[in-house]
Amino acid sequence: MTVIYLITIFAMAVFLGFELITKVPATLHTPLMSGSNAISGITIVGAVGILLTQLSRGDVGVLPFILGAVALFFATVNVVGGFVVSNRMLQKFKGRRS
Amino acid sequence: MDYQLLYDVKNTVVAVLYLVSAIFFIVGIKRLAKPKTAPSGNFIGALGMLLAFLTAFVDFGVIVDVDQEAIVSRFQYWYILVAAIGLGSVVGVWSALGVKMTGMPQMVAIFNGFGGGASLLVAGVFYQFELFTEGANALLLPMLIATVLSGLIGAITFSGSFIAYGKLQGIKLVPDKPVTYTGDLVVKGVLFALLVALGVMMVINPDHLLLYWLIVFGGLLLGILLVIGIGGADMPVVISLLNSYSGLAAAATGFVLNNVVLIIAGSLVGASGLILTMIMCKAMNRSLVNVLFGGFGGSDTVGSSDDIYEGKVTSTSADEVAMILDTAQRVVIVPGYGMAVARAATPVRLLTEALEKRGVEVVFGIHPVAGRMPGHMNVLLAEESIPYEKLLDLDTVNPTFPQTDVVIVLGANDVVNPLAREPKSAIAGMPILDVDKARTCVVIKRSLSPGFAGIANPLFANDNTLMLFGDGKAAMDDLIKAYKEV
Repeated sequence: MTVIYLITIFAMAVFLGFELITKVPATLHTPLMSGSNAISGITIVGAVGILLTQLSRGDVGVLPFILGAVALFFATVNVVGGFVVSNRMLQKFKGRRS
Repeated sequence: MDYQLLYDVKNTVVAVLYLVSAIFFIVGIKRLAKPKTAPSGNFIGALGMLLAFLTAFVDFGVIVDVDQEAIVSRFQYWYILVAAIGLGSVVGVWSALGVKMTGMPQMVAIFNGFGGGASLLVAGVFYQFELFTEGANALLLPMLIATVLSGLIGAITFSGSFIAYGKLQGIKLVPDKPVTYTGDLVVKGVLFALLVALGVMMVINPDHLLLYWLIVFGGLLLGILLVIGIGGADMPVVISLLNSYSGLAAAATGFVLNNVVLIIAGSLVGASGLILTMIMCKAMNRSLVNVLFGGFGGSDTVGSSDDIYEGKVTSTSADEVAMILDTAQRVVIVPGYGMAVARAATPVRLLTEALEKRGVEVVFGIHPVAGRMPGHMNVLLAEESIPYEKLLDLDTVNPTFPQTDVVIVLGANDVVNPLAREPKSAIAGMPILDVDKARTCVVIKRSLSPGFAGIANPLFANDNTLMLFGDGKAAMDDLIKAYKEV
């Protein structure tokens, strides 16, 4: 039951994604890409999740800890870097409209 | 205290907060697609991420234990999280602020790779954890399938992005040209089939943890093989496709963790990345399959370049071009990847300003696949504070060429090659900028060497085309100097 519910959400979100970005001016291709790229760093939620859950158990060995911490590091770079870099580009587009 | 009630309340609050952040992502992406609202769109997306991130701490860190009638906190090793997040933030901000606009394609590629890497690690670690605590029999089929997909897509994204980075950065180890060899399609096909087989084995037999990491390893290999076979000029397609993959990997991880916000955000990115990919493919009149497996470019087509160029190419000087510009009323500048390589965006701006000072109308004709990532030229010219109203896309600028006095083609080749109109050429049907329809076309280029498509360009031999040979930046500098002296 839950799986069907998740698949429904997935299908809806895919269609929504297509609808949202049908006509994008070329100027925004790069910022849109890096901005949406930052959003794909949502795995950060999962990284926080596995680390907190595992650390509380502490009986799964050291390796998963390390892998979890690396995942959190990767996701943070993705999220923070992605939003900052898009913002930098967009400020340049904005600052010269007059 | 009623722990059952508390448990329900906590779960509801967490679900609502995730939902709110998903809405932020949707609104953010929608606003990112329009120039006026884009900066706020990015900010709203970031807010959504912050909310989802903070919610994760409540979701996984504060557990209401109904049986034991207790609230358990899981923050005892908080410093590990703080270290990973702190280090990631520093690296992210430092590289995002430090990167030059010319290095933007590489930066986007590498952030992408990190996203894919994070997804495959999260899915793998969660799978291992469930296996150890619940046992193989408790693992459900959908979760296992999602784990395989997350590992495979995440691995392809990770290694593929690093190869793309290498190609864009010009690292010697990774050649810009497509690396092809006999039977490369077979190798990739066999590897993919092998990975599917491993995936099926893992789903049937979930207590072999090693299988997952074998899939990841094979996925890494496949990512390398796929991207190394694609040439530099096809990078706009590759980067937007990898962007799409990083979203799909996150969505798959959402299925592993049963987490709705991962699924929504991941699939939004997957869909929008796919749309960008399709826009790029359309701009080259090629199918995605052809880009991914065609090994296009770098191939030596018929040695016809001599026939085309023989005695017909007119070489010119900066002084002559300056004189032509002096009588011009409308100038269109067509930049290509060569402008990025020569770092010639600043002289382009200076020439634009000099021309406008004398009342000349200057606009830019931007081909969708000019450069190495979607929107590459726009970013470079934005860095030079050239208003985006002056950056015209293919459909807008093409009808205006007959009324244009001078076109300056700077470091572009295939996107202005009239051979695209010939049904039999390698780039047949690719939409091009009709620069040959302008009164005079000045091409700034180092030599007559072919572009990425590996074919000669009859534009260079046209009667109204003048070739200004030289390095893009040096030629532009000379041109500005000469123009100011006219």
